[in-house]
Amino acid sequence: MASAALEPATSLVEDRGRGFAGRWYRTPSFVAGLLILGTLIGLALAAPLVTRYSPTAQDLHHTLSGSSSQHWLGTDQLGRDVWSRLVYAGRVDLKVGFLAVLLPFLIGTTLGSLAGYYGGKLDMLIAYLVNVVVAFPFYVLIIAMSFVLGPGERSIYIAITFVGWVSYTRIIRAEILVAKRREYVEAAKVAGLRDSRIIVRHLLPNVIMQAVIFAMSDIILSLAAIVTLGYLGLGIQPPTPDWGDMIAGGQNFITTKWQLSVFPGLCVVLTGLGLSLLADGVNDLMRPE
Amino acid sequence: MSEPAAPLLEVRDLQVRIPLSRGTVRAVDGASFTVGVGGAMGLVGESGCGKSMTLRAVMGLLPRPAEITGGQVLFAGEDLATARASRIRELRGRGIAMIFQEPMTALNPVMKVGAQIAEGPYAHLGYGRRKARERAIELMQLVGIPDPVRRSQSYPHELSGGMRQRVMIAIALSCEPQLILCDEPTTALDVTIQDQILKLLLRLREELGMSIVFVTHDLAVIAQTCQTLAVMYAGEVVEAGTVHEVFHQPRHPYTLGLLRSVPDPVDVRDVLDSIPGSPPDLVAPPPGCRFAPRCPFAEDDCLEGRKPLLPLEGDRASACIHPDRAAESVREQPVITGV
Repeated sequence: MASAALEPATSLVEDRGRGFAGRWYRTPSFVAGLLILGTLIGLALAAPLVTRYSPTAQDLHHTLSGSSSQHWLGTDQLGRDVWSRLVYAGRVDLKVGFLAVLLPFLIGTTLGSLAGYYGGKLDMLIAYLVNVVVAFPFYVLIIAMSFVLGPGERSIYIAITFVGWVSYTRIIRAEILVAKRREYVEAAKVAGLRDSRIIVRHLLPNVIMQAVIFAMSDIILSLAAIVTLGYLGLGIQPPTPDWGDMIAGGQNFITTKWQLSVFPGLCVVLTGLGLSLLADGVNDLMRPE
Repeated sequence: MSEPAAPLLEVRDLQVRIPLSRGTVRAVDGASFTVGVGGAMGLVGESGCGKSMTLRAVMGLLPRPAEITGGQVLFAGEDLATARASRIRELRGRGIAMIFQEPMTALNPVMKVGAQIAEGPYAHLGYGRRKARERAIELMQLVGIPDPVRRSQSYPHELSGGMRQRVMIAIALSCEPQLILCDEPTTALDVTIQDQILKLLLRLREELGMSIVFVTHDLAVIAQTCQTLAVMYAGEVVEAGTVHEVFHQPRHPYTLGLLRSVPDPVDVRDVLDSIPGSPPDLVAPPPGCRFAPRCPFAEDDCLEGRKPLLPLEGDRASACIHPDRAAESVREQPVITGV
């Protein structure tokens, strides 16, 4: 009797599809973001397969040439293939962009959890550190730090981590503050679980998505920072191709060979668009039906 | 069967205070009661009388800034009021478990119920992942969840209210506690499910030999499930005894008032009485008997001095200094015949 009565309810549950697996392909922004980002990442990963020239190989006999079957997007002032450079720069910029967000994400989430869960003096201390960092404008701090540390990939990671963790701390702290008052946290305490287990297994899964969504837009921000640093000559160092460096290099020829600056710029915009759409889609998916 | 065995839980003169800006709230002010091994005790009273605070004090879960300022909470002879936090954590789940009122909010929304049941055995009993999982399915079977293997993969929102409460019970049972505290476990459920859950708890208590404390304002739940009860009013226990005796012959005017306000299915009353007035402000409770301002029998001596719980015949006790007045009223008009 009992099991028969339960049957319809069960099939409803399966019909609706659970979480991401059942619904992601029905969320337009998620699919669009995935396509754009997937294409960019796919091209970057497959760089040696989709390019004919080395991104650093100079050909001083054919500088600043237009599009041709040889050089799809032409060559730059040193005769380097723009398409190759674009794809290889994507490799570097995307990798650094993602990695530069990882560390702030981890540090920020940890500190935010501790501040939110324990409160009191620890919370005050962390809030103080957050305020100190927030008091400085983002770019000023990053540029100053890159300048002090010397240009290069390592400096980018350090500078962005130093500035970036505060956002995650703020988000997670606020979310944990709310979540820790829920009854299931009390129930977990009643079950005699340790604080660490309550935070990691019971609280974080409920709040981490907010940080993940922010991380996606944060990648755009860090990418913009990397490109900006590259443009200022403080980022990825030549001859390694980088979109920022390419924009800066093409600037002198903007009236005659606009594609030199426009294409790398377009890549930055596309990456940002893809990530935004993806973050939007994840946000939609998170919302219960 | 009422051998004077050592009680499993003994709360002695418990004081819980909440310092607020407008003064200190004496949320629990000298509550005492005992729960025997394998016993079922009900803790009744209206909202704000301190019954939930008492439960939380026993569990070491008082919300800040509330704290225990006096008295003892003896669990198997060990005082939990002064025990270290680590010791209390050890006892939670294994010694004392708790069932919450609202199973939807007391279950983690993003965790499969099987995994939630497995948390206790995993953390406390040192079970491996697989063994804890098996234990969870075994427990789900025990609390009457059909198709436990598949259900263990469900999220709380995919289950009905009754099923969720069964999951809560399974979690409470997972480490075989000696005492289960139930904080209005059936208030959020409709009456049919309520009946099922109460029967389940009674069956489990008999099978597993644990003790239960029921906190509720529903006297019918107490009648169905408990052997003894303690009635709380304004932070104090005002009457204690067996359910049968207290329900039939209350010796405190507050208990009497409570019982008179319950509809009796057998001896249908023309009018349901209510207790006039409202409970006192616990920042500055009235001197003397706290119920005196609302009591129909109050005399001058009721208004002075604290009124501790006084032992009466048998295992009974009442804080009323004129217990005969309530008894007299019951003789004139019986309170309840349905139990």
